[in-house]
Amino acid sequence: MLEKALSGSKKYWTWIFILLVFIGIGTVNYLRQFQTGLTITGLSRDVSWGLYIGQFTFLVGVAASGVMLVLPYYLHNFKQFAKITILGEFLAVSAVTMCMLFIFVDMGQPMRIMNVLLYPTPNSVMFWDAFVLSGYLALNIIVGWVVLGSEKNGIAPPKWVKPLIYLSIAWAPSIHTVTAFLYSGLPGRHFWLSAIMAARFLASAFAAGPALLIILALIIRKFTKFDPGKEAVQTLGKIVTYFMITNVFFFGLEFFTAFYSNIPGHMHPFQYLFAGIGEYNKLVPLMWTSVILAIASIALLIFPAVRRNESTLAIACAMVFISLWIDKGFGLIIGGFVPNMFETVTEYWPTMPEALITIGVWAVGLLVLTILYKIAITVREETAGVEIEH
Amino acid sequence: MSMNRREFLKIAGVSTIAGLGGTAVFSHLGKNSLEAVQTSPNTDALTGKQWGMVIDMDKLKSEETIKKVTEACHRIHNVPDFGNPKDEVKWIWTETFEHSFPGQEHKYMSEDMMHKPFLLLCNHCTDPACVRVCPTKATFKRKDGIVMQDMHRCIGCRFCMAACPFGARSFNYRDPRGKDANGNPFIKEENKEYPTRMIGVVEKCTFCVERIEKGLKPACVEESNGALVFGDIDDPASEIRRILNSQYTIRRKPELGTGPNIYYIIGGNDYAVVPEIR
Repeated sequence: MLEKALSGSKKYWTWIFILLVFIGIGTVNYLRQFQTGLTITGLSRDVSWGLYIGQFTFLVGVAASGVMLVLPYYLHNFKQFAKITILGEFLAVSAVTMCMLFIFVDMGQPMRIMNVLLYPTPNSVMFWDAFVLSGYLALNIIVGWVVLGSEKNGIAPPKWVKPLIYLSIAWAPSIHTVTAFLYSGLPGRHFWLSAIMAARFLASAFAAGPALLIILALIIRKFTKFDPGKEAVQTLGKIVTYFMITNVFFFGLEFFTAFYSNIPGHMHPFQYLFAGIGEYNKLVPLMWTSVILAIASIALLIFPAVRRNESTLAIACAMVFISLWIDKGFGLIIGGFVPNMFETVTEYWPTMPEALITIGVWAVGLLVLTILYKIAITVREETAGVEIEH
Repeated sequence: MSMNRREFLKIAGVSTIAGLGGTAVFSHLGKNSLEAVQTSPNTDALTGKQWGMVIDMDKLKSEETIKKVTEACHRIHNVPDFGNPKDEVKWIWTETFEHSFPGQEHKYMSEDMMHKPFLLLCNHCTDPACVRVCPTKATFKRKDGIVMQDMHRCIGCRFCMAACPFGARSFNYRDPRGKDANGNPFIKEENKEYPTRMIGVVEKCTFCVERIEKGLKPACVEESNGALVFGDIDDPASEIRRILNSQYTIRRKPELGTGPNIYYIIGGNDYAVVPEIR
């Protein structure tokens, strides 16, 4: 089926070319980082994780959200998702690929990455994260590819793939739970040491991922002959709404616990992120942008009329996505490091090479997504009208 | 493969014993043979079950001593000086009371106490969070309690830096063997007796494991004019236990359960001006 990615319109190739340019720029900058070290990033002794690990965390959520399409279809026989489960699976493949690349570019000694497998360490959450992420990647590649291949040949998918689909449904929340455990199990990082971390991760994931899927579905409908379906988009809109409200609620719980208990260590990261501590306030505008977008998006999404209009739905989804990207892809990580272990403040801001490497990795993810979607959509266009039960 | 007579006899002998002695030999081999040697075979080596340290701030008064302590450590361990706080690598350094013991300070504390330079270093915790999180066992706890770092295994993921509640760990954001823009090496005078590190790995205080093996106390202790006392916390007869038994000491963030093994005698305030009671 791969050959289907090799023929496309002028627009398709232009898009591929643009992505390759960004991948090239990212690669050049990464080679520089490989040579001179992570000193070229904004990371420091006090803030030792930043944009890369933030993107990793955010994208694990996007990957996990594929289950929001797979679950209703396979467990509840929700037919409207029949055509688009593949979009969720392939989005997961692309997102996990990016996750792995972000871990890779964050490493001080990337050539030693196999040490994680050579010296398996079950007491390290990172070991489990590597395990669940690669498992989830494999599951989604296999399931997506086999189901699509069968569809292309006009036959029902083989029986053995069903157990793998059920496994992937259970597996999806695990990847984001384990990722939350990376943070919530550390002593002394007040911002992360919270039992609701995993739940909040899942809530934000199931809002951000489907929001992205809605936008992708609308783009696909505009540029191809494949229609992901009006009903499917509407249902996704409801999912985004509920989980965005849940996410904001969970955040409110964190906020309440920190401020009503009045424990200084618990309040400091919130103060830094939303008000600044002394002259240190680099993240304040960004965090408030996130808050305003979150509230505004909910205010839009709760009205059925707004959701029914696909243009306003798309705008609200973009707001959800950006809000959660700031919250999880940036604020969450930095809030864990500021103030530092000495209750002093070292600020962090990504550097230009760091940002370009980050964009490069996103471009790789978008390239993987484009190729996989191109294949899926071409198959769909060819088999249009033929319904196969799977 | 060739084998001389002597080697043959050795193996034959061992095999015979194995045959006679049965499983005991194998279980012994299985348990211990593959573990790296963790303590020195040197008979002069200091031995202990959990090394620890008492830092007596009453005796640590002169800035000169503090400078000697930190400089000796960084010099003999080839700790690079990158010249900026962002990339800084440090094994032992000073912080004020409020930053060493956050939450313990109060606004009526004397200026002197508030700004006393407390020496900070790795706590060689009894239950270290850094060891728990390391995905490759590159950081591990030795049988004598020292928390060590294998520089050849570390992948530079910095999970340990996120986990350590004491900010004891530094990452080599640059190549410590390199030079700055003016051509000055980051390690001013390399100590050939101790290895340098490579770029992209995490490092920290090792309690001078290389000196303990020779029967010497850590360099910081030696330079401290008696303000730093090093010993086996597990040994009730040790000097350090005698001090812990007779003096009030505090540790950094004990509530987190990592079991830090650096104890501080915070000392009184010799220069305090007691307001006259009228």
